[in-house]
Amino acid sequence: MTGVEPAVAVRNGTVALGGRPILRGIDATVLPGEFVALMGANGSGKSTLVRAMVGLRPLVSGEVRLHGTPLASYDDWQRVGFVPQRATAAAGVPASVWEVVAAGRLTRRRLLRPLSRADRAAIDDALEVVGLADRRRDAVSTLSGGQQQRVLIARALAGEPDLFFLDEPTAGVDLPNQQVLADTLSQLKQRGATIVLVAHELGPLARLVDRALVMRDGRIVYDGAPLRDHEVHQPWLGEPHTHHHHHSSGPTDHVPGVVAPVDAPADRIGGEGR
Amino acid sequence: MTPVELFSLPFMQRALIAALLTGLAAPAIGTFLVQRRLALMGDGIGHVAVTGVALGLLTGTSPVWTAVVIAVLGAVLIEVIRERGQTNGDVALALLFYGGLAGGIFLSGLGGESAAALNRYLFGSLTTLSVSDVIITMVLAIAVIGLCVGLAPQLFAVAQDQEFARVAGLRVRYYNVLVAVLAAVSVTVAMRTVGLLLVSALMVVPVATAQQVTRSFRATIVAAMALGAVASVGGLVAATFASYKATVATGPTIVLLALACYVVAWPIGIWTRHRARLREPFPAGELPEHEACSEHPHAHGPGCGHLAVPHDDHVDYVHDGHRHAAHGAHYDEH
Repeated sequence: MTGVEPAVAVRNGTVALGGRPILRGIDATVLPGEFVALMGANGSGKSTLVRAMVGLRPLVSGEVRLHGTPLASYDDWQRVGFVPQRATAAAGVPASVWEVVAAGRLTRRRLLRPLSRADRAAIDDALEVVGLADRRRDAVSTLSGGQQQRVLIARALAGEPDLFFLDEPTAGVDLPNQQVLADTLSQLKQRGATIVLVAHELGPLARLVDRALVMRDGRIVYDGAPLRDHEVHQPWLGEPHTHHHHHSSGPTDHVPGVVAPVDAPADRIGGEGR
Repeated sequence: MTPVELFSLPFMQRALIAALLTGLAAPAIGTFLVQRRLALMGDGIGHVAVTGVALGLLTGTSPVWTAVVIAVLGAVLIEVIRERGQTNGDVALALLFYGGLAGGIFLSGLGGESAAALNRYLFGSLTTLSVSDVIITMVLAIAVIGLCVGLAPQLFAVAQDQEFARVAGLRVRYYNVLVAVLAAVSVTVAMRTVGLLLVSALMVVPVATAQQVTRSFRATIVAAMALGAVASVGGLVAATFASYKATVATGPTIVLLALACYVVAWPIGIWTRHRARLREPFPAGELPEHEACSEHPHAHGPGCGHLAVPHDDHVDYVHDGHRHAAHGAHYDEH
């Protein structure tokens, strides 16, 4: 691990809202090219952590570094793409899909300059990746929830960043739309992007995840190989020495159903527990 | 006096220039306020500016400049309270509303001003503009329009999604204050046209009208500026012609004309949205079993009178709760 500058590094991070500590003693690093899932129940602080990582929540103590630079002096924002948690991409005035996605290009545009050819190409490419090129002229408010989520992802893509933060992009999105999202993120991963994803259920995204961080009550309680959705909420977090049958060293495989009936807990294989 | 003679008089030409520029500037900044769901902010600033005008009248300085200063201070204060308080932006607005109006009337009473002096600013008086008034109006209005159009991409991003804009590296607080200051300036620009109490109408009503029929932000802001210009110049002309017969105030005429545009656009907006919903293609995919329609004497086709909706690679004709698609010699229920 030495020699590689982490894309995101949080050291002893503490976040308080109105004097009440929400996150305590967070230590987390994300290496370049990694796909990290930030998991946990509602209210466990996973959204707060990702918002602290992009500077939307100030730290009470500790430090966040992006690409090795402390957040306070970080100004390389065109490398960062943020997809906030939103029920809708619409505001008080109608906006077309193209316009919302074009806003993501502002990280690379200078003041009072018209869009360059490269800007337009990046916006078109972002629309193409999320499969909404044919809806570019439509008002965002006429799109379905899953499509609006894809608009927000295209907006982050338009700035051509290499570090993505996605806050619950799958919440309230149907399976076909989650599949499109998974394909989009897999393309990004192949391009070498670093991805931090907040989710309480991974669904079709599970196969992309390199590492999972599980949060509980404002602390990170697990940092390691990806967990399956139900394991996140078990007290033992699917850790090898208490639960799994393979050893902690070496690659862990999560082939479903490879369990011996003798020592399998009853809740793992329904009616077969004896 | 004939209308041609009337419109060739200098005071009338000054009024026309001021009306045109106000009609363009107020909806330009108004669009960003509506986008941020702060439609009433213009009204709040207008009330605060009453204090500024009264202060100007009391101290004998130009009411326009004192109004600009007080309105900018009030707008920035609203913005700060909104940002800090996080929850109750509308309460902050309400406090300034009443404080501004009460302060203005209190101060003008203190100075022993006649009601007429303050009324000119409360309800507008386009036809009493001096040359210097018009020059101030032109400078301020052109500055507002220039900044709104030039910084439109940034202002759009900030108004659409503050958090995203912050992570994109935009200085969101500066842009928020800029919007507040531009709103305050256009309030004072518009106060001689429609008056402080009606100023918000010129910022909001053209935007509300435009968005009945538009799908994009750019179309909305352009249409709103055009509608604002039409309403304020049209209102001035209408009020001038009407003044041959009766006493007609310009400001209220402009606002009523803008509202009339809205009344026309509203049903058109409802109709087009309804039509778009009906014609939206049906989701792709077929029912598992094939269900043929029994007797069907009517032949569907382009212009047959029934609603035609795209479905996959063909067209479904909609009537009486059925979706009929041609299949060989008969129709299928889809």
